[in-house]
Amino acid sequence: MSAFSDPQWVIQAQGISKQFGDFTAVNQIDLNIPKGHIYGFLGSNGCGKSTTIRMLTGLLTPTTGDINVLGLTIPKQAEALRQHIGYMTQKFSLYDDLTVKENLQFIARIYGMKRDLSRARIDQLQSTYKLSQYQHQLTATLSGGQRQRLALACACLNQPKLLFLDEPTSAVDPQNRRDFWEQLFDLSEQGTSILVSTHYMDEAERCHKIAIMEKGTIKADDTPKALMDNINAHVIEINASELRPLKQALITHAEVSSAAQLGHRLRVLIDKQIADPIAWVLQQCQQYQRQINPQDIAIVSANLEDVFVSHTGKMSTPPDTAKA
Amino acid sequence: MMHSISNSLMRVYAITTKEIKQLSRDRITFAMVIMIPLIQLLLFGYAINTDVRQIPVAIVDQSDSAAGRWIVEAIKVTQVVDVKMHLTTAKQAQEAIRRGDIKAALILPPTLTQKITHDEPIGQWIVDGSDTMIAGAIKQLQNLSLNDVLPEPTSSQSLFEVSLFYNPEQRSAVNIVPGLIAVILTMTMVLFTSSAIVRERERGNLELLITTPIKSLELMIGKILPYIVIGLVQMAIILGLGHVIFAVPIDGTISHLLIATLLFITASLTLGLIISTIAQTQLQAMQMTIFILLPTILLSGFITPLEAMPNAAQWIAEMLPGTHFMRVIRAIVLKGATLMELIDDIIWLIGFTLIGLGVAAKRFNKRLD
Repeated sequence: MSAFSDPQWVIQAQGISKQFGDFTAVNQIDLNIPKGHIYGFLGSNGCGKSTTIRMLTGLLTPTTGDINVLGLTIPKQAEALRQHIGYMTQKFSLYDDLTVKENLQFIARIYGMKRDLSRARIDQLQSTYKLSQYQHQLTATLSGGQRQRLALACACLNQPKLLFLDEPTSAVDPQNRRDFWEQLFDLSEQGTSILVSTHYMDEAERCHKIAIMEKGTIKADDTPKALMDNINAHVIEINASELRPLKQALITHAEVSSAAQLGHRLRVLIDKQIADPIAWVLQQCQQYQRQINPQDIAIVSANLEDVFVSHTGKMSTPPDTAKA
Repeated sequence: MMHSISNSLMRVYAITTKEIKQLSRDRITFAMVIMIPLIQLLLFGYAINTDVRQIPVAIVDQSDSAAGRWIVEAIKVTQVVDVKMHLTTAKQAQEAIRRGDIKAALILPPTLTQKITHDEPIGQWIVDGSDTMIAGAIKQLQNLSLNDVLPEPTSSQSLFEVSLFYNPEQRSAVNIVPGLIAVILTMTMVLFTSSAIVRERERGNLELLITTPIKSLELMIGKILPYIVIGLVQMAIILGLGHVIFAVPIDGTISHLLIATLLFITASLTLGLIISTIAQTQLQAMQMTIFILLPTILLSGFITPLEAMPNAAQWIAEMLPGTHFMRVIRAIVLKGATLMELIDDIIWLIGFTLIGLGVAAKRFNKRLD
């Protein structure tokens, strides 16, 4: 086995890239994912999260690079890996025309579980994931949250050491999302390592560790707290009216990496090079003939969105349109 | 080893039971399983009739002789023609043919009795040759010998003698019904399996399935098992109804019939699996199925005898499982042939299935790239 099959890591990857024709979906990324962690990939759609997960599970062959998952060389030993991982695809991938229980039974048989064991395990999962009352219902008729719990139950059925969850909560409401994360922490507590991709900041913040991805590369990776503490920008908030023209004016400066309006406030990320960001902003405002009171400007602590924005470059457009 | 075999069987079982459950919930598909053979049997059995009867004709009897009347009666008895009118001149007959009132006319000349004694052709048929089937049927009437016609034998002149084995009444249903098994099984079996894997790909099930420990061959076998039973049910419907409604004789042994059909069903299912590993969408799978189905209908000997086709067409036909099965099923059902007598076609079907399963399992990559 290769030198880097260290038991403290569940995933190790060096220099992996994936090329689709001329398009580089993933470009030279390194990963070291520790055992027992919930590790998050945070990034907008199309940044290479799914492609990376598919390479790590052996579904895609990397164009370059070495991958080791649970001590197995991937994609060469992908078949052996399949017994030990669970995978929740981005698109719901269970059978709509089977009932909840039939889907679970199907997966149990595919993993070669003995009848008694699978019966006990299915009952247990149905109660853990609050599916018992729907067990005879066709999957097509379930709500988004129920389908997601079923998908997680199926992914956990064979008690995997490592779970891959590709944007698992994109189709569920905030309450269900919170419940879902409670279940992930339960699994983590029981020793399951989890790799989850998301584009939700609140979700990323729950991870033990995250990697911020953009255009197929990892821009930063650390614990969410460390990332927020070490943000490479001042975060200031301006409390004023008529913020739109001010925002347009500030964003033109190279020192401003982002300006986002939050109701009556404008949240601005300013380069760390500037020693006194409040003075700098006041000075800029004067240039634009805007009178702002110094008490309306404050340095605030960074959140994960600030970190994300500071790493993924200047955003002059709102995140929603930037995604498309 | 034992453990891995039992796990393997478990996975095949998982796929098969899943397919059956899904199929039983798909009411329309389930109905088609029964309706396709039923409707098509009735449709083809009645409509496709290659033996032509009751062709409307006219008689122009200028001889006005007893011999002439005997000849006309003899022709009527064959039921090939239906005498619609009696005319007096050949010109009138030609006009009637052009108008489409009749398809042919028999002209018996005034010199009929002399012609009989001189051993010359007795009468003349003028025929609308645009439909080759009608022309062929009238040409067949040349085969009537004078001995059949005249009460006292005056001459031994006869062109040829024809005697028919199997299907002496010359009913096409007898030939069509067993052939229909080949066509319908090709259609349903190839179509069901060709969409089976493509459907999973389209619905996104495949991405999950390929991250599980299931092996390609297990998936393939699990997918085709339920359809084998469906194929046998369809065969039973066609042959049973064919026997009851169209009086198709079943001369062969049932076990040979079953084995031959099973071999053809698995060959067709395998063909469907290969398609499903190539097609990306169900529409593509459907198009490829039709690509196989049309030559199976037109070239396999279902309608036109294989021997009548050019060599190149025959080679193409021999590549289709349907052609081999067409020969086998007709031989077993109509002539009581045994599998040993048809061993070439049987071996071909087995070989096709084995190679096909291998190709499909190899082509089905548990990767997304």
